[in-house]
Amino acid sequence: MNGGRTATLAGAWRVASLASFRTEGFPLVATAILGVLVFVALFANVLAPHDPEVGSLGERFRPPVWQQGGGEKFILGSDHLGRDVLSRLVFGARVSVVVGFTAVLVAGVLGTALGILSGYLGGWVDQVIMRITDAWLALPALTFAIFLAAVVGPSEMNIVIILGAVYWTRYARVIRGEVLSLKERDFVRLAIVAGCSKRTIMKRHILPNVLNSAVVLGTLMLGVVVVTEAALSFLGVGVPPPKPAWGLMLADGKKGLMAGYWWLTVLPGCCIMLMVLSANLLGDWLRVKFDPQLRQL
Amino acid sequence: MISLVLLSVTIFLLVRLTGDPTVLLVEPGASQADLEAMRKQFGLDRPLWVQYGHFVSSLVRGDLGHSFYYRTPVLELYLSRLPSSLLLAVAAMAFSLLIGIPTGIIAAVRVNRWWDSAGKVFALLGLSLPSFWVGLLLILFFSVYLGWLPSSGAGTAAHLIMPAFALGWYFAAAHMRLTRSSMLDVLGSEYVKLARLKGLPEALVIGKHAFKNALIPVLTLAGINLVIMVNVAVVVETVFAWPGIGRLMYEGIAFRDFPVVQATVILNGAMVVIVSLLVDILYAVIDPRIRFAR
Repeated sequence: MNGGRTATLAGAWRVASLASFRTEGFPLVATAILGVLVFVALFANVLAPHDPEVGSLGERFRPPVWQQGGGEKFILGSDHLGRDVLSRLVFGARVSVVVGFTAVLVAGVLGTALGILSGYLGGWVDQVIMRITDAWLALPALTFAIFLAAVVGPSEMNIVIILGAVYWTRYARVIRGEVLSLKERDFVRLAIVAGCSKRTIMKRHILPNVLNSAVVLGTLMLGVVVVTEAALSFLGVGVPPPKPAWGLMLADGKKGLMAGYWWLTVLPGCCIMLMVLSANLLGDWLRVKFDPQLRQL
Repeated sequence: MISLVLLSVTIFLLVRLTGDPTVLLVEPGASQADLEAMRKQFGLDRPLWVQYGHFVSSLVRGDLGHSFYYRTPVLELYLSRLPSSLLLAVAAMAFSLLIGIPTGIIAAVRVNRWWDSAGKVFALLGLSLPSFWVGLLLILFFSVYLGWLPSSGAGTAAHLIMPAFALGWYFAAAHMRLTRSSMLDVLGSEYVKLARLKGLPEALVIGKHAFKNALIPVLTLAGINLVIMVNVAVVVETVFAWPGIGRLMYEGIAFRDFPVVQATVILNGAMVVIVSLLVDILYAVIDPRIRFAR
């Protein structure tokens, strides 16, 4: 019953991707932004002027330095507990980068491994893995993630596992499709004739050939994962307070929203936007550049 | 079908393995005996597989249990919230189609002109901005600074505008991209060339010949997206305090109200599965190529 839908959607996607992503120049700005974010994440403790988790209630809701009432101490203002917004943004980059990259990696490793097993071994292994993938995909990702997060409780580690558990199916589907065509190719047949074990073939011959797709898919997933993490934190089932995560900052910022404390809402959102936008731009470019096959996703 | 069974098992196990809801229900200082009585009342003292069997049999009968918090049948709660969720989804869908289809067509007709580039930026932003942040920015601008629109709640058309926009932008972007590429695809086809060769005016070629066929994939996607919207709306509904299913689920999580969380996830998941099945069937009915391919 899922076959037809896959066919129609695959058709729609093929049409969508072929036309709208043509090869354009290397997204230099996007890559630079991602690079800066990783740099900031690495050296957060050096770059941040204040402790991101400690504030003084006497200095709540200070506006940024260029506004009336702002001071040198809080360059980008302070939040409802008097914590420095700049420091929280800097440490928030660390949360987003760490959670984003590890979650993509977890999902990628799991999904690629299962995709290869499913595609190469076929038979009941394929059946079992693909049935689970179908069931998983039937659930809307965000609802699923919120549900899992609410059940296992908030922590950074749990978020990584949840995001990995929710998004591995995307890899499994694509990688399995690639493996299905790869395993009919001559070099794989030769390897079989040469007496390589299935294990060796999957590891030495199939895996290197699907890595490109996995990396491209991973870059595109980075944006999705970062937004999902922010949404979970925003709803209070993601990174637990007082840790500085951008989604959490938005949830806190909502408290000062009606009073017009715009910097608490605008700034963390801008950070999320920059990261997601950059990841998407880079991912789109990589997709066209390295992997014409993935366009048929 | 298998999807639905797996869905119910996963959800049931996850919900039950994570803690004891009775602790939250009794007043502080209740005795152990009270706790036991409470567990018995909700059937939490029996083995897991018995609970699951009970759960499935009542699911089939349409009985999804009672909310711990509201003490009313969950199905009733869900159905009472469904209209506002659907209203929001339909409004957001209307917005996304009204924006997405025309801009997609213009972008396809004028490829690589400024309109096309503007459309690309609009689409990229829509796909990249988190909907809840868009919602917060809208509140900041239209409620706090301008004071034009109410920041939360539901009831009037003014309440609907901002949530529908925040929710619909992502989908407008998706629909626009799909319209554009599907339109480009159709414009390159033989029968469009023929229509042009016949000497039909360009407006007629685009409006009558190309447009209709380009719309098919878009409407397919829109059908599925409508149900997805009900699901994704949980963050937007939280931002705008919109009384829909997303908020119901959020409250269920906040109060550890298991039956509510369970039911919303199952019903939402079932909705997605059923609608995609319906779309498949409709497709097979409309398009003989799919029907005869299998």
